[in-house]
Amino acid sequence: MSQSHDNEVLIIQGGRVIDPATGIDGVRTVVVRDGRVAEVAERLEAPRDARVIDARGRWVTPGFVDLHVHLREPGHEYKETVETGSRAAAAGGFTAVCAMPNTVPANDNASVTELILARAAAAGLARVYPLGCITRGRKGEELAEYGELKAAGCVAVTDDGSPVASAALMRRALEYAQAFGLPVAVHEEDLLLVGKGVMNEGPPATRLGLTGNPAQAEEVMVVRDLALAELTGGRLHFCHLSAAGSVRAVREAKRRGLPVTAEVSPHHLTLSDEDVAASDYDTDLKMNPPLRSAADVRAVQEGLADGTIDAIATDHAPHAVEDKKVEFDAAANGIIGLETAFPVVAELCRRGILSERRLVEALTAGACRCFGIPGGTLAVGAVADVAVLDPNAEWAVDPEKLCSRARNTPWKGRRLRGRATHTVLGGRLVHEWSAR
Amino acid sequence: MIGRHRHLLSLEAYSREEILQILDLAVSMKEVLSRPVKKVPSLRGKSVVNLFFETSTRTRSSFEIAAKILSADALNWTASGSSVTKGETLLDTARNLEAMRPDVLVVRHAAGGAPSFLARHVACSVVSAGDGAHEHPTQGLLDCFTIREKLGSLEGKVVAIVGDISHSRVARSDVHSMTKLGARVRLCGPPTMIPKGAEALGATVHHDLREAVRGADAVIMLRIQHERIGDPLIPNTREYSKYWGLNVRKTAEWLKPEAVILHPGPINRGVELSSDVADGPHSLILDQVQNGVAVRMAVLYLLAGGSGESARAKEGLTP
Repeated sequence: MSQSHDNEVLIIQGGRVIDPATGIDGVRTVVVRDGRVAEVAERLEAPRDARVIDARGRWVTPGFVDLHVHLREPGHEYKETVETGSRAAAAGGFTAVCAMPNTVPANDNASVTELILARAAAAGLARVYPLGCITRGRKGEELAEYGELKAAGCVAVTDDGSPVASAALMRRALEYAQAFGLPVAVHEEDLLLVGKGVMNEGPPATRLGLTGNPAQAEEVMVVRDLALAELTGGRLHFCHLSAAGSVRAVREAKRRGLPVTAEVSPHHLTLSDEDVAASDYDTDLKMNPPLRSAADVRAVQEGLADGTIDAIATDHAPHAVEDKKVEFDAAANGIIGLETAFPVVAELCRRGILSERRLVEALTAGACRCFGIPGGTLAVGAVADVAVLDPNAEWAVDPEKLCSRARNTPWKGRRLRGRATHTVLGGRLVHEWSAR
Repeated sequence: MIGRHRHLLSLEAYSREEILQILDLAVSMKEVLSRPVKKVPSLRGKSVVNLFFETSTRTRSSFEIAAKILSADALNWTASGSSVTKGETLLDTARNLEAMRPDVLVVRHAAGGAPSFLARHVACSVVSAGDGAHEHPTQGLLDCFTIREKLGSLEGKVVAIVGDISHSRVARSDVHSMTKLGARVRLCGPPTMIPKGAEALGATVHHDLREAVRGADAVIMLRIQHERIGDPLIPNTREYSKYWGLNVRKTAEWLKPEAVILHPGPINRGVELSSDVADGPHSLILDQVQNGVAVRMAVLYLLAGGSGESARAKEGLTP
């Protein structure tokens, strides 16, 4: 990313530019010069010496921004590394990813943040924005050093994977983070209500004889933290909302003007607990929060469509085969998502559930706004992070061929429609795909 | 093979005809149990491994004796605690046993779906001996067998299942099999013990015991596990017994005179059943134990015998 791009010109020609940040939606040619967007023109003669990407029939959007990615480094490099995760991001059209802090050691201090950023710079395939911890060691006991984390490059704090059980500590986190302008991103579940639950509580869990995790275990914590956001004025962000009640609560809070944001994952938008029941205990359908009921799926779709939910974030959670090839109760939570996100959510557009503009916004500017991340636009002068997408390209998901080190995808063997054909990072082509 | 199946993992996946195939064969198997020499050569040279990750005396012994009567070799492998705490995965344990070339692997595990998981990864037939709160298919079969034997058929009969439905694999296997055989099933227990969507299993849900057993042809009382008390699913056994237990008075006043009472065992005497009911005229509890052997013989025979050999081997059964 530090390389110079002086005098280099890249022309992305004749694609449908969808850039919600500037309101453009139409056939345009994007001119990239010196790593920045130089022009977005209706017609343009390509200079003789320019490199040209023929984008006819494709979408040209700002590079996608993923607020929720587990890069696993340091500590779990056997699952993923900053480099392999960055490569997966580029392959999926993502130019920026937020790295979750549940590493080993946890990212609760500047040295871990710096290590992640150094690995990201060396890989040079995506912008990596680390998130720091809310509490030291993610233990939920004492606050981490937000000033140091922010200075080192963290864009928000989260104990993702664990809720902050204590309301008193959560209150202080929301207060203290304001000194540094850091959003507090929360993974919501009442652990006592979840108990030993491993999938959504409901008829499918009853049939499978698996212990249920009720949707209300998320909702009660969402409601608690909305009250604390009101008490403190803190910037609250909800990770991976999955429950209808949570969406309702956030919608109402936004109507009252509370400064809260929320994300939803491609899997919670498209899969339900019925898919778990139909799968014969496929551990690639086990994640936390679990896949909810069909009614919850409709509610998060509506929340995304009406703006209650700001961003689509993958919760890309790589695991090794041995973490997943065990009985359902013992399997690790989570699935990978960077390389399948676009086709999976593009299906919602084809089904008329989501507008194309809203889809792109939730993957770009909408995501950037949650954590104050730069980019997410093709405005003239912006850093040229661009995704070129073929919304009709069909491809079969072969886990062996994915860029991620991990294979845990519920879409294995499925044919998906939609693919990032080119990913441009600061004017540089970092991914190219062509149908064979 | 049993119908289309190489494994017995759940009764939900079995059709009425496949269930009847097992139950009909179990009638001949039961006859073998009444002979002075309880041994037939049907599965000579075959081996059955009992892989139990949860403690069990009754079910494991039942599978073991069923295998031995059929002349199969039976090996018991009891894993203390979960495979994970031992540092060996479930799959590794199963593959090690598979390397000993058994024909049937009988598995009990605390995790729902564990037998299905193994069935996908090993070459031999897998029989579930109970997985978590999912199913206990041979218990469902022996309950069906016992009711059929006493009442002739399950067609049009009313069966009440009482107890902790949420955690009961027996209840799920009973509901799936009995509804397929034409019975109407009622599930009864305190609301804390009824799982969400229980009606979707194909049964009606009741919280009042009197209502649940009224007019019932068979009543299946489930064991209350001590770890559930104060879970907090129920306050204590005293109150549970008062509202959801059966004693002689309730049995006499609420049940049809010809109704039968079953229990998968082991009984908590004085909790779900009073002693005089457990040992009384309605009780079929000891028949269940004997029928369990016959049903398991039928299952092992069908899965280990192989379809080509079955006709020949079956001849050895008829006296």
